[in-house]
Amino acid sequence: MSVLTTPAGIAADAADVLRRRPGADIAGAVFRWLLIGATVFATGFLGVLLAVMIVDGWDVLSGNLWYFLTNGFSQRSAAESGVSQGIIGSLQVALVTGVFAVPIGVATAIYLVEYAQDSRFARIVELNIRNLAGVPSIVYGLLGLAVFVQTIDRFTKGASVIAGGMTLAALVLPIIVITSVEALKAVPDSLREAAYGVGATKWEVLSRQVLPAALSTILTGTVLALARALGEAAPLILVGAATGFLSFGDANMFETFTGPYTALPVQIFNFARLPGADWGVNAAAASVVILVLVLAVNGLAIYLRNRFEKQW
Amino acid sequence: MSLTQDRPELTAADLQTSRSRRARSHTVRWLFMGAAAVTVLVSALIIWTVASEAWTYISQVELDKLTDIGWFPRRGLFDLSTLLVNTLQISVIAMLVAVPSGFGAAIYLSEYAHPRVRKVMKPTLELLASVPSVVLGVFAISFITPSILTNFFDDINYFNKLAAGIAVGLLVIPLIASIAEDSLRAVPLALREASAGLGARKVTTSIRVVLPAALSGLMAATIVGFSRAIGETMVVTIASGGGDTSLFNLSILESGGTLTSAMAALGLGTDQVAGNNLAFQSLYFLGALLFAITLVLNMLGDVIVRRLRNRY
Amino acid sequence: MSQEPEASASDVTVPDALAPKDQSRARIDVSAVAAMAPQRVETSTVFECADVDVYYTDFRALRDVTLDVNSHEVTALIGPSGCGKTTFLRCFNRMNDLIEGARVEGTINYHGVDLYQDEVDPVEVRRRVGMVFQKPNPFPKSIYDNVAYGPRLAGVKRSEIDDVVEGSLTRAALWDEVKDRLKMSAYGLSGGQQQRLCIARAIAVQPDVVLMDEPCSALDPIATGRIEELIAELKTDYTIIIVTHNMQQAARISDMTAFFSVQANEMGQRTGELVEYAPTSLIFTNPDDPRTEAYITGRVG
Ligand SMILES: Nc1ncnc2c1ncn2[C@@H]1O[C@H](COP(=O)(O)OP(=O)(O)OP(=O)(O)O)[C@@H](O)[C@H]1O
Ligand SMILES: [Mg+2]
Repeated sequence: MSVLTTPAGIAADAADVLRRRPGADIAGAVFRWLLIGATVFATGFLGVLLAVMIVDGWDVLSGNLWYFLTNGFSQRSAAESGVSQGIIGSLQVALVTGVFAVPIGVATAIYLVEYAQDSRFARIVELNIRNLAGVPSIVYGLLGLAVFVQTIDRFTKGASVIAGGMTLAALVLPIIVITSVEALKAVPDSLREAAYGVGATKWEVLSRQVLPAALSTILTGTVLALARALGEAAPLILVGAATGFLSFGDANMFETFTGPYTALPVQIFNFARLPGADWGVNAAAASVVILVLVLAVNGLAIYLRNRFEKQW
Repeated sequence: MSLTQDRPELTAADLQTSRSRRARSHTVRWLFMGAAAVTVLVSALIIWTVASEAWTYISQVELDKLTDIGWFPRRGLFDLSTLLVNTLQISVIAMLVAVPSGFGAAIYLSEYAHPRVRKVMKPTLELLASVPSVVLGVFAISFITPSILTNFFDDINYFNKLAAGIAVGLLVIPLIASIAEDSLRAVPLALREASAGLGARKVTTSIRVVLPAALSGLMAATIVGFSRAIGETMVVTIASGGGDTSLFNLSILESGGTLTSAMAALGLGTDQVAGNNLAFQSLYFLGALLFAITLVLNMLGDVIVRRLRNRY
Repeated sequence: MSQEPEASASDVTVPDALAPKDQSRARIDVSAVAAMAPQRVETSTVFECADVDVYYTDFRALRDVTLDVNSHEVTALIGPSGCGKTTFLRCFNRMNDLIEGARVEGTINYHGVDLYQDEVDPVEVRRRVGMVFQKPNPFPKSIYDNVAYGPRLAGVKRSEIDDVVEGSLTRAALWDEVKDRLKMSAYGLSGGQQQRLCIARAIAVQPDVVLMDEPCSALDPIATGRIEELIAELKTDYTIIIVTHNMQQAARISDMTAFFSVQANEMGQRTGELVEYAPTSLIFTNPDDPRTEAYITGRVG
């Protein structure tokens, strides 16, 4: 047991024993730098990604960005093509997604937190939500194709913004439920008890105390979910978002929701698979546009959350 | 209503809430429950549509077509091994990228980083998680292959599984890092103190105490990340499996379609499916396979995470 | 292993158990100091604390603590909740370094070496000054691996580890209860057994001092009794500093007792301070300070 200094020994040479030895913690330093390297790699590639896309898309971004943002796809050449249809389509799809997913998602969360009391049905709903959250996005495309495009086509008019929005609504539903459940659980019980204590019914407690208190967090979750929807391409391809030429004619506002459409990520996909370097420039420029859009929406969500964080 | 006047005797009716208030409270309960039921309906619809169409396919396809020279759905050749091998190769490459850097970042953030650094890095990771996958697909063909991989491999294909795998890896880093970080932070401080109190350096405490204690969470992170990699569509479609056909090959420097990219390719042609009638149904068959694989993986991850939660 | 540290020529005083407060001794002896080595002065006490203040960021948790800890004695720290006993205890092995924003001022000499000088490696300090925590905190490993953890870190040879484990568990009065299930998870033990395992784990590295923070607070009276016997035993080999809320316990097991109290200043900040430090027999029979008397007779929480 020679390595262990005996207590008697230490008194004599405490100074030497306790000395900081240079190099005693080389392993620690190496480990730490490895971790820093991993962290830089994990987070730093966002910077590389943005830089690469800006450089590759520079011809469009520097020259005719406005034209690019305000004109549609042209079969003739990359230079004449823009992403306006994609941007408008994405916003329309996101709107429909929100209209379907937010009420259902938040209501489900309210049911789970405020009403369910560990019933069998509640457990099924919970398990179901957790599993839905892990289903690959393209599988939602199959659901959309079979149900929203084909089965209820009287309502959606086939491959339309409505069908696309409903598909993405199914996709983000679990995200909204999960974040809303967390928001509601974070509301302290004392608040509920205080409201019951003055004679409010369950609904009154909910609508006047609990929901207002949880609102900002629910909002954050919703914004994050919609950001996710903005970036999705795979399910939209299956439910028929146009990947090529699209002519609107002179459709009115309502008809654009039931007619052919495309979305920004789908357009990027389309640019990327067309042969020729000039389409590649468009793909990169459109990537910058969608990154800015998605990062801005996420930034908004994170800002909202930090702003309203920890009220109690 | 003065309290000093002699009060009428209290009856049971006085202690009841007014009927309309009670009714309202009661109705909303059913509304919330209905919303929760819709989420279950979504799952049911996914399973029903995918399973029934997949069944049509299975009952009609000649089984020897499921093993052939490759995946050529329009010609009636449905070699599953081609897609499964490509999926596995790309997902494994993705894990080789994502696990070291994701875990490294997680350990750094939970064990080493100054709280201020962590406060900046956590939202950054969330931002990264929202980068649209199409953008990473574009990144793979415009940067990873031409600027990096060609330096190492002379005969690499413009579309190849390696670049696709790396890009998918980048995509799942935030997911893995965030689950891993949660599980590391769930390790009680007391264990770290016990180790430090015995004269362990930080690196030793991290590797010998914290990592083993968080093992199940780290496993769950890997499994869930793997499932996500398998389900990723757009990166692979853009960077490796763009065509709707692929010939069986084992080289990661060659292109090759996966379960998901084959689905996207089929989906792109849904309005004009020509050739073999079963091509369209094979889309659902692949969806069913994908759904089953990811469901099993996610449930496994879920079980492991739950076991972890009950531990301390 | 159990003999007293040899008193060397430069020792000026021999600790006087009855009047430790009034010791006067040469504090500094610079001549014999190697260039890289921390400064050291020969003494026979283990710790000498002078004007110790501890801050958590801006909050001053403890102020002006001056006391000496004698070797091979049990020193008890008592006082009301929040008075800084844990905070003070964690100064002795620099565990406070691990808390973001914690800062120790004043001096703490360990065998004459200023613990808080730059040249001292806190990791080495913790090998010599072990710690047992309030809540048993075994690693989620086997019983054997828990005890072997420290010796392995110290580089004890594989062939010797079995002996160290058996010796430590025996010393901690746990060997007979666990010798047949060394490979089983430590989480399968009862709370009292877990705490004795933590003690075994702490003494397996043959520390000089063992710090104990309310080691019995999570235990029933029988387990508490066993640990008290154990502490009395361990005293022959180790110097022990123990925080306890249990007056009888302090009276039963300790040689010296430090009573801390907490005082709120004008701004409502509650800063702990040392009220009285004396041999246990004195503190419990004839305390100097009325606050001590009030506390030990139970008049103040
Ligand atoms: N990590 C910390 N950060 C900030 N303040 C702390 C921290 N730890 C302790 N304190 C504060 O320092 C003061 C002393 O705490 P300490 O834990 O030392 O008291 P104690 O005497 O051990 O109490 P108890 O008997 O309840 O264990 C308290 O006011 C406490 O709130
Ligand atoms: Mg304490």
